[in-house]
Amino acid sequence: MFGFGILSGLLLLPLVGAAVILTLRGDDASVQSNARSIALATTVIAFIVSLVAWGRFDAADPAFQLVETHPWLAETIVFKLGIDGFSFPLVLLTTFLMPFCILASWNSISTRVRAYYVAFLVLETTLLGVFVALDLVLFYVFFEAGLIPMFLIIGIWGGKRRIYASFKFFLYTLLGSLLMFLAIIAMFWQAGTTDIPTLLAFRFDPALQTWLWLAFFASFAVKMPMWPVHTWLPDAHVEAPTAGSVILAGIMLKMGGYGFIRFSIPMFPDASLYFQPLVFALSIVAIMYTSLVALAQSDIKKLIAYSSVAHMGFVTMGLFALNEQGIQGAMFQMISHGLVSGALFFAVGIIYDRMHTREIAAYGGLVHRMPHYAVAFMVFTMANVGLPGTSGFIGEFLTLAGAFKSNPWVAFFAATGLILSAPYALWLYRRVIFGPLEKESLKSILDLDRREIAAVVPLILLIIWYGVQPDFILNVFAPATEHLLRSTEAALAAVKTAAVIAQ
Amino acid sequence: MTSVTLPALGSVLPELLLAVGSLVLLLIGAVRGNRASGTVNVLALVLIALAAVAVAVQGPEKVVALNDAFIVDGFARFWKILALVGSGVAIVLSREFFVREGLDKFEFPVLVLLSTLGMLLMISANSLLTLYVGLELQSLAIYVIAAFDRDNPRSTEAGLKYFLLGALSSGMLLYGSSLVYGLTGSVNFPAIAAAVQGEQGVLFIFGLVFIIAGLAFKISAVPFHMWTPDVYEGAPTPVTAFLAAAPKMAAMALIVRVLVGVFPGIVEQWQQIIVFVAIASMAIGSFAAIGQRSIKRLMAYSSIGHMGYALVGLAAGTEQGVQSVLIYMAIYLATTLGTFAGILALRNGNVYVDRIEDLAGLSRTQPALAFFFAMLFFSLAGIPPWAGFFGKFYVFSAAIDAGLYALSIIGVLLSVVGAFYYLRIVKIIYFDEAKAPYEAMTPTLKLVLGVSSVVVLLFWVLPAPLVGSAVAAAKSLF
Repeated sequence: MFGFGILSGLLLLPLVGAAVILTLRGDDASVQSNARSIALATTVIAFIVSLVAWGRFDAADPAFQLVETHPWLAETIVFKLGIDGFSFPLVLLTTFLMPFCILASWNSISTRVRAYYVAFLVLETTLLGVFVALDLVLFYVFFEAGLIPMFLIIGIWGGKRRIYASFKFFLYTLLGSLLMFLAIIAMFWQAGTTDIPTLLAFRFDPALQTWLWLAFFASFAVKMPMWPVHTWLPDAHVEAPTAGSVILAGIMLKMGGYGFIRFSIPMFPDASLYFQPLVFALSIVAIMYTSLVALAQSDIKKLIAYSSVAHMGFVTMGLFALNEQGIQGAMFQMISHGLVSGALFFAVGIIYDRMHTREIAAYGGLVHRMPHYAVAFMVFTMANVGLPGTSGFIGEFLTLAGAFKSNPWVAFFAATGLILSAPYALWLYRRVIFGPLEKESLKSILDLDRREIAAVVPLILLIIWYGVQPDFILNVFAPATEHLLRSTEAALAAVKTAAVIAQ
Repeated sequence: MTSVTLPALGSVLPELLLAVGSLVLLLIGAVRGNRASGTVNVLALVLIALAAVAVAVQGPEKVVALNDAFIVDGFARFWKILALVGSGVAIVLSREFFVREGLDKFEFPVLVLLSTLGMLLMISANSLLTLYVGLELQSLAIYVIAAFDRDNPRSTEAGLKYFLLGALSSGMLLYGSSLVYGLTGSVNFPAIAAAVQGEQGVLFIFGLVFIIAGLAFKISAVPFHMWTPDVYEGAPTPVTAFLAAAPKMAAMALIVRVLVGVFPGIVEQWQQIIVFVAIASMAIGSFAAIGQRSIKRLMAYSSIGHMGYALVGLAAGTEQGVQSVLIYMAIYLATTLGTFAGILALRNGNVYVDRIEDLAGLSRTQPALAFFFAMLFFSLAGIPPWAGFFGKFYVFSAAIDAGLYALSIIGVLLSVVGAFYYLRIVKIIYFDEAKAPYEAMTPTLKLVLGVSSVVVLLFWVLPAPLVGSAVAAAKSLF
């Protein structure tokens, strides 16, 4: 009757896992351990399914692939799924990070365990849905629906100021997205459909584009987050449990960048060009200002949160450079940041589980007791700084190159800001890992156990692998980028010709 | 005056069933006293079910009967089903409550039936007289049941307050009707519609405003909302559930029919009024709810806000607008009934939950109830993928199509304010420490909450039936 494709299977899988967890019966201890195992198994299977999808995915083809359509709200608003070179890497990133989130929660979540894993699996479905939806309304549904599980995850299992953080997170993102919601409706009445491939080919009136662009920008800028609407992020990151922070930084922030690349740039090319200076300015402020703010933090998670804002500044700068290097670099930076910030939050979670504090001052000299941890944390820190040989370097280099082509001054300021990102990261590392091991409470701290090593090693390998073999992933979105730029240029050229004719 | 023919009676069969049936039930009650209360309740449900079947089997065509005073079309059938569902569920919800409170009287289902009869007449009104008679029949029965707990000062206060303000609004409605009648020379809607084309004089607008005011009172739209929080709070909870659901359907149906069906020629003039009322309702519904401590008062402000959103669709004045109102109200009905089933489930002995704080930590003690309850509130807040979001989607979609951009932007911004207080309830349910657990849910409450949750939570899986029937229903007005 339905004929499910692999993508709807991918969306359904976590829901099935959640349903199984809900039906578990027995005493508390067995339910908890079963819930953990089922959640881990589900996320691993989802990752394998996404690898299978990779096997069927032809990276050389810029069109949408594995497309499936089911009837939904109306004839022109359908349940349509599909992937292309932009969305698929983010799908892979999501399915890849999820098992780590489950591992990171293994021992640290001890209350309402069943509900926690259900919330996480539902969250995975909504995250994947955002990236595979090929209908604007469907995209919006997934985009917003993810707020519900995330709100509960922060609010129930979060830190001391969890309620404030969860409300701020929810209302901030809701406010931004509701304006996009109206823009989506306006696009529907303009184009007569919410089918994304059709809309990509549709030419919106340039005057209307400005408004639509601003409405979408309100939503994606909050989600990214861009300065000055980033203030929800430090609160949410700090208060969320480790796995929640990993998902927030690793995947939810990427929805903003994905939105720009999927909607704002190709659908409103004139407005994107028009607003390019605005985005550049905000990106530079984000890179420089939040790097400085990060320097002043005493809370490890908050420091990483601010560094995320700075890194997202590179993404927006690269995207709106509107050239091949910039967009590819931004995509790469998103994937790389997903891995690196996820890994950093995971690393912080490891010591937080042992010491139950995130104050930098509470640590020092960990290298004496935790040599393995020190190595892992160093790789993640260096990748965060953008050391050549790690994935962080490729993204920053490409976005800077793209920005330089578009406007050398932008690249100049951003590169200056880049220097600022080294001190806070290195300083954090020095204060936490090096120095004498003086604090009484740290004297008995244990190094990584087997579960943690199993989680850390793949992250290290991937971060370095992408750092030395960027082609492996660049090739996935190169054709899509080329296609995007060609169609955008054609659209812009058409406007210019029309203007010339009008004169 | 022509005689009433037998085929004409076919079109009023649902109303006849309810009218005759409620009189028979009244007789049974009078003969057997309160012992018959259980039987009367069951029979009342049977009557409502029969009436619903009678509505459902009526053909899709438009039938005008009883000297043009009564109309049956797809639009009317859609609303009638909603009103009947609302009334039926209210009776189901009420039984246990009244037994427990010692208020188990046979009059309650009979009064609900009479009120429902009034609603069906309102929905099928094709003249100002049918409109008024239906509205009064509906209201009079509700005045009584609002004060049903007559030894409780708050309940009697609720009844009295509703009666006084309701009488005032009826007066305004009558005055407006008389002006319209005087200026157009007819009480029949088609005749009025034919007479009212293009710009109208001040006197006519006067009449129109009075009619809208009278109807806005019934859906508790701002600035005629003042009675709502007090009546909701004072009336026994099942009566509040009834008030929040069925009468709103009938009154909204009437507003839509009068404005879109009778005055399509002067859309520009009534549109301004509806835009104002919609914005004011959304604003009061969002801001005033923030400070509420009583859950029933909160639901009152919530319903004021939701009427505002439904009116956003009506303000469009287009076929899409009517569709969106139909969809919005159907979803509102399902959500509201489910929420009230949840509120009724929260009790210990004879003590029912009143303050929102009493919900604290419900997710620990009754996880299933807490989950459905919280998700219904997310739906009321309009968060996808729950049904409430799609209601808002259609409503704003119609408004944008009609070019009402400012109204739409104000509406979505106010919905963020609304989301704040709905989230607060979710926070209390999920984040706060647990208090003493409540009694287990009774099967009937489970059934009502379960069915409404299925409708609300799974709407996105299968939206076609509701959307399709709303589209068909809206067509009959154009």
